Amino acid sequence: MSLLDGIPHRAPLPSHHPWLRAIVGEEGWQAAIGDLVAGQTTLLGFWGEPDAVHMALLAGETNEIAVVSLECSDGSFPSVALAHPPALRLERTIHDLFGLTAKGAGDTRPWLDHGAWGGRFPLGKQKRSSAGKAAPYRFLPAEGEALHQIAVGPVHAGIIEPGHFRFSANGEHVVRLEQRLGYVHKGIEAMLAGASLDQAARLACRTSGDSTVAYAYAFARAVEAALQRDAPPRGHYLRALMAEIERLANHFGDIGAICNDASFALMHAQTGILRERCLRAADAAFGHRLMMDVIVPGGVARDVAPGGVAQMRQLVAEIRKAFPRLIELYDNTASLQDRTVTTGIVRAEYARQFGAGGPVGRASGRAFDARRSVGYAPYDQLSFEVPVLDAGDVNARVWIRIREVEQSLGLIDQILDRLPQGEIRIPVTPSGEVCEGMALVEAFRGDVLVWVRLDGDGRVARCHLRDASWFQWPLLEAAIEHNIVADFPLCNKSFNCSYAGSDL
Amino acid sequence: MRKTMLESLTRGPLTEPPPAPDQAALAELAGLVRAAAETRLGRSLSIRQVDAGSCNACELEIHALANAFYDLERFGLRFVASPRHADVLLVTGPVTKNMREALERTYDATPDPKWVVAVGGCAADGGVFRGSYACVGGVKDVIPVDLHIPGCPPSPTALLKGLLALLQHVSGESGTRLMRQ
Repeated sequence: MSLLDGIPHRAPLPSHHPWLRAIVGEEGWQAAIGDLVAGQTTLLGFWGEPDAVHMALLAGETNEIAVVSLECSDGSFPSVALAHPPALRLERTIHDLFGLTAKGAGDTRPWLDHGAWGGRFPLGKQKRSSAGKAAPYRFLPAEGEALHQIAVGPVHAGIIEPGHFRFSANGEHVVRLEQRLGYVHKGIEAMLAGASLDQAARLACRTSGDSTVAYAYAFARAVEAALQRDAPPRGHYLRALMAEIERLANHFGDIGAICNDASFALMHAQTGILRERCLRAADAAFGHRLMMDVIVPGGVARDVAPGGVAQMRQLVAEIRKAFPRLIELYDNTASLQDRTVTTGIVRAEYARQFGAGGPVGRASGRAFDARRSVGYAPYDQLSFEVPVLDAGDVNARVWIRIREVEQSLGLIDQILDRLPQGEIRIPVTPSGEVCEGMALVEAFRGDVLVWVRLDGDGRVARCHLRDASWFQWPLLEAAIEHNIVADFPLCNKSFNCSYAGSDL
Repeated sequence: MRKTMLESLTRGPLTEPPPAPDQAALAELAGLVRAAAETRLGRSLSIRQVDAGSCNACELEIHALANAFYDLERFGLRFVASPRHADVLLVTGPVTKNMREALERTYDATPDPKWVVAVGGCAADGGVFRGSYACVGGVKDVIPVDLHIPGCPPSPTALLKGLLALLQHVSGESGTRLMRQ
């Protein structure tokens, strides 16, 4: 049975690729919400336009993907979040950016709009001037005799991104955590509208710097899908090579940072060395430590430097030599395990309901990895496993990353062995017509979704970028409950959600 | 663990870099930074990093300054948890309007004498985000900036270079101010 079968809809649009997009009426919209609530589908994305809203859906068993769109002629749409909480922050964002109202919504507080933009609804049909000073943000109440509040941020103690955390605690135990984000909202989607492909690719690369390769990868694939073009084989392999180096570097950083927050600095120092080696190899091979702006629509902007392949092989050999001992170190340090085991548990049902991707989802039994579940070149030709655990605690999220490091090493071997010769890039020419494309790419923290509409001249008319963090941040609020305040940094690092990626 | 620690003790430090070109530049920089820091600041300069809307790439490279290869603390330069403990604010990002007040308040909370270093293309003038409804455009539009370190993001070597330039700036303009402290 197809995903759209149970949803009354009009004929799917011919200009949308590679998955179907269909316009629905209110009846179809409600049916789509019903499927989400019933767990038959997972919410992959939810974004707005001045007069429409779109939901990307993933079918549970088949991993089929489709987009349903509802026209909002009266400036409103039936609330999704009312019945399906994972949509809540996205729904509040749609209101902040477009001024569209979610009918029946329970929580109508602003999300990205802190009242500082000098106007409201910046992407909407009618921009409005602000109504003076913004009302203070109302945090959700937590009541009880012995409760106290701890307010943290937006400027934190470490070198991390800004966001506000409001803890309600009973002594050491967290009763409620509420996040307030949006501090690094840069208006990326407004800047993307009307941008040339070059400008847009540069913006996509700077959505979340730690996932710059994954964002460039997803943006390029979405544009290529819209234009019905395909990058050359060597381009595909070089993209995957960069994506795996990025995954390695970030996983090393995360494993070390988690241990460091349990005051185990030795691991942090050792993984820091491996991370630096990855970045240096990337710099030597692709001319940039984070490999920014190398993946572009049509392929890759530059080929791997002479000697780059040899350096990659050397990197893999070095990691294979050093990493097993670090795994042993983690596994045999009881004082470290004491902090990570049973800490910050994400329940499997939440991971499923929220469609949590990346190590957060896979440590709680959700076996979704865009490289496998959706599949794209060249991963459909490569052999790898998707590690999944059920414990859902900090320890499980560490182990998922450890296992994924091993898988990435295997993938890099295969990529280097099979690296095809030939072109690295094809010219991307406008089709002369409006066309739409979508792509899902697995970044180190989960799937990045990019949806793009190009005008006939090949410029971006509208582009939506959805980080995996949207569906992970809320689970952190749940995971910290009944843990002690001192374990929050540990839980937070084990998620390592992106602020920039979800504030946009 | 013992094996790893013993090896770390007996093996030469990673901070002695092999003679690749950028490594040589780093070694040279390292020496210069050390000399300047010792004579002018008595081996102590506390840095508070503020993300004012960065994409987090700058933060990754600032983090890298602490790894075994760059080991920033050997120069007496260290990151502190509060602006109240800081001499230098290291600010990244195009200053989103949502972060403007937090940046101003962080600046106000930093005791004098203080210096501000704007890190990365965004912090200089908004970078690729210049002109957005949600961004102010550059750190200097919100608080006084003493130095810009360019790059997108600047490499750890470029950051080290920038901190050296800051030390020279400090001595040239207000080194005596610091001596009086």
